[in-house]
Amino acid sequence: MAEIMVWEAILRAHDEELANDPMVIAMGEDIGVVGGTYKATLGLHDKYGEERIIDTPISENGFTGLGIGASFLGVRPIIEIMSVNFSWLAMDQMFNTAAKVRYMSGGQLQAPIVVRSPGGTAHQLGSQHSARMEKVFMGIAGLRVVTPSNPRQAYGLLKSAVRCNDPVFINEHELMYNMKGTVPEEEYFHPLEGSEVAREGRDITLFGYNISVHWCLQAAELLSKHHGIEAEVVDLYALSPLDRAGIRNSVSKTHRAVIVEEAEPAVGVGAEVMAVINEECFFELDAAPVRVSALNVPIPYNHALEKTALPDANDVVEAVRKIFGV
Amino acid sequence: MKDADKKRLLREMLFARRFEERCYEAYVERNIGGFLHLYPGEEACAHGVLEAARVGHDYVITSYRDHVHAIKSGSDPRAVMAELFSKETGVSKGRGGSMHIFDVKHRFMGGYALVGGPFPLAAGIAKAIRLQGGDEICICFLGDAANNQGTFHESLNMAALWNLPVLYVCENNLYGIGTRIDRSTAVVDQYKRVSAYNIPSAKENGQDVELVHKAAVKAIKHVRSGKGPYFLELMTYRYRGHSMSDSNAYRAKTEERMWSKRDPVIMLRDRLIDAGKLTLKEFKDMDTEILDEIEDEVIRFAAESPEPHIADVEKYVLAENDPWVRGGAE
Repeated sequence: MAEIMVWEAILRAHDEELANDPMVIAMGEDIGVVGGTYKATLGLHDKYGEERIIDTPISENGFTGLGIGASFLGVRPIIEIMSVNFSWLAMDQMFNTAAKVRYMSGGQLQAPIVVRSPGGTAHQLGSQHSARMEKVFMGIAGLRVVTPSNPRQAYGLLKSAVRCNDPVFINEHELMYNMKGTVPEEEYFHPLEGSEVAREGRDITLFGYNISVHWCLQAAELLSKHHGIEAEVVDLYALSPLDRAGIRNSVSKTHRAVIVEEAEPAVGVGAEVMAVINEECFFELDAAPVRVSALNVPIPYNHALEKTALPDANDVVEAVRKIFGV
Repeated sequence: MKDADKKRLLREMLFARRFEERCYEAYVERNIGGFLHLYPGEEACAHGVLEAARVGHDYVITSYRDHVHAIKSGSDPRAVMAELFSKETGVSKGRGGSMHIFDVKHRFMGGYALVGGPFPLAAGIAKAIRLQGGDEICICFLGDAANNQGTFHESLNMAALWNLPVLYVCENNLYGIGTRIDRSTAVVDQYKRVSAYNIPSAKENGQDVELVHKAAVKAIKHVRSGKGPYFLELMTYRYRGHSMSDSNAYRAKTEERMWSKRDPVIMLRDRLIDAGKLTLKEFKDMDTEILDEIEDEVIRFAAESPEPHIADVEKYVLAENDPWVRGGAE
């Protein structure tokens, strides 16, 4: 097992899939000659040429639509949208075309595209570069949404997404590209559905995804050390479809749940997981589920305000303490 | 064009006219639901262009006014009507409807209901053709009002930049829903707008199928020879409102009368009669035969076909049993 960074894991997945199938292409702003804002396509332009590694104009809806059209004929585009904030502009093609074309054509066409985009807030990027949009994508029928929390998932999810016949949106994180982790030396395909238990526990389940998995893990250590509470951390790497069985299994074991999301609370992952808990295992609960979310504000530029607007591990600890009354 | 081809085209256009008129009746009879956008008046555009294409080989994509383009691309009119009747035997298995006719075996890549949506899809199909090394082209039919969407500019830029084999056909019927072109668009001549992307273009009378065909032969030759995209503007007029829910009250009767004198079916009919190649009786017999065919075969098939199974409502949302969802083939 090699220890590599998230960007290296994504680059490796690109390289292997491009080598495997001549119909795999990569496209996006600055991904070719420059090698990608986060280096996720570094060196591929020289290796595979400009027909397959395409520097696009800054036309998110246009180049996403172009990738979708190409996918109708069996091309498998990996589309990088430089920031998830810009993907608002491509939602028309992603939602109106890619997510619906199999259905409205009665199964004749499919749009096997992968759209990768860093979501989440970084440091002082301001309101229009700090969006967290997974809640929007996961509400659309016909679209798969996955979100890696470590290099192994980043590598394996992209590999499976390229080969899957459905459109897949991969929600990455600006702050996580340099995060290190182990990735298998041999080729590895991560499931696009399901969840992973990132830490076993018996007292409460902390549901996280992407960056919030790490807040949950930090919180679990603090809770164990200071309060003797053993929290289970469930990594919801698949946001659509959600792993209903995984959610039920963990809550049925711990009987308590906190959902931790980086986004504003309304219509979000927390709300959805709570609904699943209600539907799947309400009578297993010993306490009402709680969500830890961002404040309902556009993300401020000022560092102190920004920090206040976002949740962290301490907020998770506080939420759990409140549940246990400690 | 040979006389036999002209007569065949006349029959095809008359069939398209009668098919669409029968759709109107079926809508009123409530056999067709949703939105219905009809093509009468514009027949020479689809027929002239696709007559010059390799139908079934070249890819065709268009907007929600799509029935006639599909039929000229090779779709069985019975399956198109069955789609409008929301039946399992419809081209899109009753899941699409009037605005989403798909018939991929004939390379008819669909009707799309977002104005301007197909512009980048067509460029993408052209990109795939290039990657796969074929000699097909993609032909994208859209209305004039679609050119005010961002996708128009984004797609033309990329198509020109990457020299993609795509022909954009602008069916300029002078209205974007109910707003006349000069009230919505700063540059009324659409063929001029593409000069910003160095794309060659032409403007043609979209009511004369022979002129459309001639212009399309030139345009398609350009695109297929690898010289990149081409833009063809066809001046035309729709006789009905934008859709069935459109009162059509915004157009002057004098304007409608003027365009009715340029009817594409009548124009070709009279030309053939004047040349001694057709008699009025032959035309009337042809019309009767078409009306009977539509009633006895097309409508009957649609009416008698089964509805989709209710249990299949979640079919076609995602791929079935895709092994990569589980992370591998085993």
